[in-house]
Amino acid sequence: MKTTDTPPSATDAAEVPAQRAGTAAKSPSAPAKSGEGKVLNVFSHGVLVLWAIMVVLPLFWAVMSSFKTDTDIFNSPWSLPGSLNFDSWGRAWSQAHMSEYFLNTILVVGGSLVGTLVFGSMAAYVLARFEFPGNRFIYFLFVGGMSFPIMLALVPLFYVMDNMGLLNTIHGLILVYIAYSLPFTVFFLTSFFRTLPTSVAEAAIIDGASHTRTFFQVMLPMAKPGLISVGIFNFLGQWNQYMLPTVLNTDPEKRVLAQGLVELAASQGYKGDYSGLFAGLVIAMLPVLAAYIIFQRQVVSGLTAGALK
Amino acid sequence: MQHGKYRFIVGFLAVPMALYVILVIWPFIQSIYYSFTDWTGLSPDFTMVGFDNYAKMLDDDIFWKSLQHSVLLAVLLPLVTLGLALFFAFMLNVGGRRRKGAAITGVRGSGFYKIAYFFPQVLSIAIVAILFQFAFDPAQGMINGTLKAVGFTDVPDWLGDPKLALWVIMAVLVWCTTGFFVVLFSAGMASIPKDFYEAALLDGASRFTTFFRITLPLLWDTVQSGWVYMGILALGAEGFAIVHIMSVGPGGPDYSTTVLPLYVYQSAFRDGQAAYATTIGVALLLVTLAFAALVMRVGRRERLEF
Repeated sequence: MKTTDTPPSATDAAEVPAQRAGTAAKSPSAPAKSGEGKVLNVFSHGVLVLWAIMVVLPLFWAVMSSFKTDTDIFNSPWSLPGSLNFDSWGRAWSQAHMSEYFLNTILVVGGSLVGTLVFGSMAAYVLARFEFPGNRFIYFLFVGGMSFPIMLALVPLFYVMDNMGLLNTIHGLILVYIAYSLPFTVFFLTSFFRTLPTSVAEAAIIDGASHTRTFFQVMLPMAKPGLISVGIFNFLGQWNQYMLPTVLNTDPEKRVLAQGLVELAASQGYKGDYSGLFAGLVIAMLPVLAAYIIFQRQVVSGLTAGALK
Repeated sequence: MQHGKYRFIVGFLAVPMALYVILVIWPFIQSIYYSFTDWTGLSPDFTMVGFDNYAKMLDDDIFWKSLQHSVLLAVLLPLVTLGLALFFAFMLNVGGRRRKGAAITGVRGSGFYKIAYFFPQVLSIAIVAILFQFAFDPAQGMINGTLKAVGFTDVPDWLGDPKLALWVIMAVLVWCTTGFFVVLFSAGMASIPKDFYEAALLDGASRFTTFFRITLPLLWDTVQSGWVYMGILALGAEGFAIVHIMSVGPGGPDYSTTVLPLYVYQSAFRDGQAAYATTIGVALLLVTLAFAALVMRVGRRERLEF
């Protein structure tokens, strides 16, 4: 506030040029500007810190609670745990089947991620690079799927899967994940393949490579940045999928992590084992959070590129 | 060059097309067809009933309630989320004190804020929903625990109160989606040339004016696609997951949190009314398409190049 009345010489050195720019313009409101900036600065920091606390606090509460005893969780929600108590982690991991849910999720997401990238890039490459009748139609057929509510298709899909014997199977779930990831993947990769130079592919063809070989040995390596972006986007989406497995995968043995956690929340809440529940939540949270912190830059650019296109 | 071109095209498109058509397109078409039948989903027999399901739907109070909730989610949620995100992103990029002669700077530590704000985005919606289900637990949750510690005795029964439940769920959705848009808008703001701001500030414009006259118009495309993206999420998978996991019932006391996708799910897989469920699904499809068209229409402006 005090800078409003003080002359430029008294303000901190870094601000001088801006002040000078203000006075040079001879604008009467110019000196007030830096005062406004200061107030705004305190205000913005305040608001930004507040939101940061609101984001981190619930996560912190969950981690802390996973180390506490059940009575501590109720009686003093904000006290630090007296000692690091890993019992509940063990209970969640083995007795509450978290290890099995983890394995199922890795199988499903691993399979569908590879499938999505392979089939998505094949379709996108053809649609981006070749003229043929129906090209536009097929492209819009794929892209249109992005704006349809999946829930509508899930009711008949349940019976389609049932008839094909794919209900409650890991490979059935993989096929469905791939199919529902294709609209965005094809959309994103088609525009990506269009930006790649044609000359390299043409050179490969002239040298006698087949179209298939050109795709796998020349174009796919060149498309790596796009594949990484769309891969991260699909990985998070498929890892966190809840609606598809809830409808199509009701066998307790085949549950994925999200389903397992919901089941855990119901049963531990019933048993009163809240520390076990929080341990389960933290176990499920940790791998994604760790991956996010390590690959933070790629994750952010992958997800934002996805939404911006 | 032409040799084998069509064989290649067919070879590359066959598997992805087959998967997509069998598992996505075909069920979509089927569900519209089923909405004109009396199929239960339990037995394979059904007959055509014309518009009976649609008439029944228009008379169904629960349908109207869930439609209201879904529309509220699709309109209010993007408004609050994108508004907050624009506000934070503007502060991160323009709210800083001036230094090194730059007219406009971000606040110190904006990189840290962006990393922290983005956290909830990588968490699964199931984790978020369970976490807050317990945070809002009336007897043992962190929120009422804190309120009691501060001295409130009459604490609300958050998710059990039909007046509050839907607002709690919306607050949680705002919590987990805002950070993503902060990062998205920050990236957009960073690409706006600094001299635009410098010129405006020299002309005596306040930061408030620069936001509405420079930042928002140049960012409009991103805001608009964010709006559609967010609305489709709220009407679809995200809205289903959070209500299904978090709300009591699920669907809330007196259907106070039921949304369209949840009602489709319950009609089909709990009540054995598969045909009626697809009818509600068609309504959901219409709402989604109308929403996207409306946002595109209202938001249409001349594209600004810079």
